[in-house]
Amino acid sequence: MEPLASSRRGFVNFLLGSGFGAMAVWMLYPVLRYLIPPKSGEATIASVPVPWKPAEIKANSGRIFKFGSQPGILVKTPAGDLRAFAATCTHLNCTVQYREEKQDIWCACHNGIYDLNGKNVSGPPPRPLEPYKVNVKGDQIVVSKGA
Amino acid sequence: MPTSLAELAKILNAWVDERIDLSGVRELIRHKVVPVHRHTVWYYFGGMTLFLFIIQVLTGILLLLYYRPSAEEAFESVQFIVTEVEFGWLIRSIHSWSANLLVATMMIHLFSVYFTQAYRKPREITWLSGMSLFGIFLFFGFSGYLLPWNELAYFATKVGTDVAGQVPVVGHLMARVLRGGDDVTGATLSRFYGFHVAILPLATTAILGLHLFLVQKQGMSVPPEIERSGQPLRTMPFVPSFLLRDLVGWLSALAVLGALAAYFPWELGVKADPFAPAPAGIRPEWYFMYMFQTLKYIPAKIGPIDGEVVGVLGFGLGGLFLLLVPFLDRKTARGEKSPLFFWIGVGIVTYIVVLSVLGYVAPGGK
Ligand code: FES
Repeated sequence: MEPLASSRRGFVNFLLGSGFGAMAVWMLYPVLRYLIPPKSGEATIASVPVPWKPAEIKANSGRIFKFGSQPGILVKTPAGDLRAFAATCTHLNCTVQYREEKQDIWCACHNGIYDLNGKNVSGPPPRPLEPYKVNVKGDQIVVSKGA
Repeated sequence: MPTSLAELAKILNAWVDERIDLSGVRELIRHKVVPVHRHTVWYYFGGMTLFLFIIQVLTGILLLLYYRPSAEEAFESVQFIVTEVEFGWLIRSIHSWSANLLVATMMIHLFSVYFTQAYRKPREITWLSGMSLFGIFLFFGFSGYLLPWNELAYFATKVGTDVAGQVPVVGHLMARVLRGGDDVTGATLSRFYGFHVAILPLATTAILGLHLFLVQKQGMSVPPEIERSGQPLRTMPFVPSFLLRDLVGWLSALAVLGALAAYFPWELGVKADPFAPAPAGIRPEWYFMYMFQTLKYIPAKIGPIDGEVVGVLGFGLGGLFLLLVPFLDRKTARGEKSPLFFWIGVGIVTYIVVLSVLGYVAPGGK
């Protein structure tokens, strides 16, 4: 049998230890939650008008536009088709650009290349660019999600 | 009345000694020695890193006086520092150059410790604390790179935080916590600023304290090869012999730093624009270059897994290997030769050097 004093000490130590442990968790939890940023309140955007007229855009060119808080890329193919994609590279998040000389969409970060259908054709990008739908209503180009 | 400075110092010393017993400190100074052998030169790189860190603290505090951490003002405030504030360009340039030299000397220190197997028992804790400092300083560099809010840094940060996001399971959360949101925005800048000027300095102070304490307590490690040779070990006193040599090194570093900062002022670049494409020639700081270059070479898919996930895991394992080397290298621990670990080290260094060089010379542009 343990002497009474020592088992009492053990009990008190146990209480103290678990008390401090619980307190640490109790203090740490709000801090950890605080570190995680809240979801942005921005409603997800379904479509945006781009700030250029169809006639302004020459064939074989591409421009970046704002799709909500994200960059999109509007491309006019050499044949004159208008296409739009999310401009965010599927590799590691850089913003892509149109290359007139090579007639492709290029990401400078790790030399990723997409064709004019947004398909990843060379370099590290693992997936095609997210395609958008392009509607021309008279003088206005409207780009919307879900092509 | 004291008649000379020396006398004044003596009186002051006696005054303090009467209140706080300084004999321990005096003993330490008198007895601290540094082993002398053909690898002694490597002992200087830790002190050199420390010296550069002190420069970082001082210039960093000065930059704080004008810098403004917001997406709207950061670039302009750094521009203000380098164009309007007297000697602002010099302070900023020294801060950037010194950061880079610091990483270089730190790497030399790390690998010299590795190759002289100074990590072996009883210095495992010193190694662990050193590796933590290594991680902290890389993070210092990464967070500081973004603060001027220029184009290069903006995209480097996008890529860098996205790399963290590739870590399986916790990656997404990690990237969000790092960025202060889903994207790199002004919120990221605020966060990085907080890391750079508060959290990392605090962590450094604590861990560096431990690191230096252990070095004092245990003294310098003697490479096993020298120990095995059985020759009597020569030493030199730390004060003044080693310290004076250290000082020469520090003064030279200061001279190099001054010259670099004055003749090659650190560029500011163009302000970041989230709605501009990543510019050609985008690159991170040189010490992340080998990782960056590796990411270019890894194919999009390796089997069913995205290539970059494999890359991230690879670097993670490499780092973990270095961290745990004192516990993995059983042979050195037993006092035997350990060629395997020597060659792994050579492999790591070669990999880093080759990929870094490729990062600067390999084509892959427009
Ligand atoms: S981020 Fe586009 S290729 Fe890597």
